Parts: sequence; structure tokens; C-alpha cells
Amino acid sequence: MHLNVQDLSVARGGIAVLEGLSFTVNPGQALILRGPNGIGKTTLLRSLAGLQPALNGEINAPNESIAYAAHSDGIKHVLTVRENLEFWADVFGTNDIAPALNAFELEPLANRPAGALSAGQKRRLGLARLLVTARPIWILDEPTVSLDIHAVEMFANAIRAHLVGGGIALIATHIDLGLEADILDITSFKAKPVAMKDDAMEGFL
Amino acid sequence: MKALLIRDLRLAMRAGGGFGLGLAFFLIVTVLVPFSVGPDSALLSTIAAGILWLGALLACLLSLDRILALDWEDGTLDLLACAPLPMEGTVSIKALAHWLTTGLPLILAAPLFALLLSLPSAGYIPLILSLLLGTPALSVIGTFGAALTVGIKRGGLLLSLLVLPLYVPTLIFGSEVARRGADGLSYSTPLIMLAGITLGTIALLPFASAAVLRVNIR
Repeated sequence: MHLNVQDLSVARGGIAVLEGLSFTVNPGQALILRGPNGIGKTTLLRSLAGLQPALNGEINAPNESIAYAAHSDGIKHVLTVRENLEFWADVFGTNDIAPALNAFELEPLANRPAGALSAGQKRRLGLARLLVTARPIWILDEPTVSLDIHAVEMFANAIRAHLVGGGIALIATHIDLGLEADILDITSFKAKPVAMKDDAMEGFL
Repeated sequence: MKALLIRDLRLAMRAGGGFGLGLAFFLIVTVLVPFSVGPDSALLSTIAAGILWLGALLACLLSLDRILALDWEDGTLDLLACAPLPMEGTVSIKALAHWLTTGLPLILAAPLFALLLSLPSAGYIPLILSLLLGTPALSVIGTFGAALTVGIKRGGLLLSLLVLPLYVPTLIFGSEVARRGADGLSYSTPLIMLAGITLGTIALLPFASAAVLRVNIR
């Protein structure tokens, strides 16, 4: 099981942002994506997660192997922490949420409504969701936003455990997580601006 | 899929879930109609079936933008799109949850409200029957409208305008069943038409809803 990307181009709002991107991530490896704001990290990750089609190129990953964590955590504020996690566990067909609660130190908060959590605690809940999906490839978009140093360490440990178990992680982040991982700076894959043709409107009509 | 249904029902029941919204609106409409048209019970019993259907339809319309908008805002929809559920299944479950929390309470409350509008006694069974057959179509069509307008801030107006024409056939045949029943006429033809509309929308619209939702979450 690998995550393999060949000559990939992705677009946001119909305009190409990245092109010619190729990489392979093997089991037990993590790949960290770097690049300035607006370069297309989120667009790339959403394309890999299958949420939007790629312009060009190939994404090779086993079916239903990807768990995606975005900027927003998909947490329901009126449900408790436990109910939130149990819902995702049910959806993904797993049933043990204890390791996920444990990995992100959420047990003391398990019966609290998620709306009463702080931003960092919500993020921990959002990341704990990855564990209950039991999927091998994690695609993470700025996972450490609003986490404190201790929680970042928790997160790094969860990633390490995931990699030791043969998992794959693809992480877009600006901070150093202390992981032994390859770093890919995607700045050099920025798509060349395409000159607007005069007949663009004609083509549209 | 069961987990999604249970979660949606639970969310509707909890504070701020909007469970009582449609029901309260239905109550307001039926209580206010006698005040506005006058206490003439002969007139009221003539229009009762139509008013009840209109009230149920508008009550349904009121809660449509909650079907998908909340899940869109907090990112749940993106995560569900990556989950091992077909999008068609997700939207069908959403429509079912909407029917259970909006349509079903309306049906259960309808006999009580019919009393307020002095619906003739022959009209009760056809009224319940028509609502039972017709309201699922309202939820399924509404979910399609919600999928079309998801991601548009304050899309409620657009949603209502898009969905309203699609609701017209259901309203025509639904209230025709109730009206004919109240007049003591045979109502099997409009009932069959109503059942046809509902079954057709249940069979086809989830595919359309899933397709537009996939486009909208890009």
C-alpha cells in the first residue's frame, strides 16, 4: 500500500495552482508539505482526499484508505465528546473509541458537550477522529492550529504510533513536529499563469 | 447509515435542533386562519383541507435549509464525503431524518388542527393518508434544494424559490385527496397520482442530490 502521485495538477476555482507534482509515500513514512500561504496546500490535500477532481495526472492509493482532517473538525456542539467520536466510529465501522480518547487525553472531557470545549480541545477531538477511522493514510491540513506544546507532542506521538503500524501520513504544517519525515516544499510546483485568451468569452458562451 | 440517522435525530431533539419549528409554524397557521377568515364554520370546513395542506407544506419549507447547511458549516459534509458511505445514501438518510422530525409530527398533529378548522368527519382519513403519502416527497425534494444551495450564505431565499415550483404537483394532488375526501367523493385517482410522485422522487432525486452535492463541496 503506497500513496503515489504522478504529474499531478490541481486547480482552485478553475485556475491551476500546482502542476507537475510527483511523489511517493511508502508505508511507515510521513511526508510534510511546506509552502507559503495560498500556494495550494489545501487544494492539493482536498484533491488527494477525493473531494475535488485533479486537472491532470494520477493519484494512486487503495480505495477507501484515506482519512482527511481539514481546518474545520466536523464537531457537533450539542453532542458530547463521546457521542461525537462514537458517531464517526460507527460510520467507519469501528467500535472502540477508548484508544482515541486516551491518545489525546480526552477521557476527563468525554461527557462534556463539544460546544463547551476550548479551541485546542476541539482540535484534539478532531484529531482523535482520525484514530477511530482506522484508515491507513492520514491527510492532515494544518493539524496543529490552536494546539499547545503538550498537545502537539500528543499529536506527534499519535503520528509516530500510526507510522509504526505501517500507516502513511501527509501533513501540511508550518511548525516542526519533531518527526523523522521527508519535507516537500511545493513552492517550485506553482502553476505558470496562463495568459487569458481573447476568445475566452466566446468559448464560455 | 444507521449511525447518521441516529445522530441526525439526536441533533434535532437537542437544544437548538429546530425540532419544534415546523410544528409551531403549522399550529400558528391553523390557529390564525379562523381569525382572519371569520368564524363561519361552513366556510372553514370548505377550505380546511387546503389550509392544512398549505400549512404542512410551508412548515416543511421552513426547516429545509437546516438539512445540509449546518453540516456544511462545521466541515462534517467534507468528512462524510470521505467516509465509506455513498453520497446517495447520505442524502437519503438526511431526507429521512428530516421527514421523521418534520413531516411525521405534522401528520400526527394534523387531526388536532383539523378540528380547529372544523374539517368534516369524512375528511380525516383522506387527510392523514394524503399527508402520509405526500410529505416524504416534500422532504426528498427539499433535500435536493438544500444540496443545490449548500455553501451559499443565507441561501434560504434561493432554496425556497427553487423548491416551491417543485412542490406544486405534490400540493395539488395532496390537497385534492383531502378536499375530495372531505366532500365525500372518491379520491383514489389523486391518491394514486400522489403516491406516484412520492415514489418517483424517492427513487430518482437522491441521485441528483448526491451529484450536485459532490459538485458543491469541491
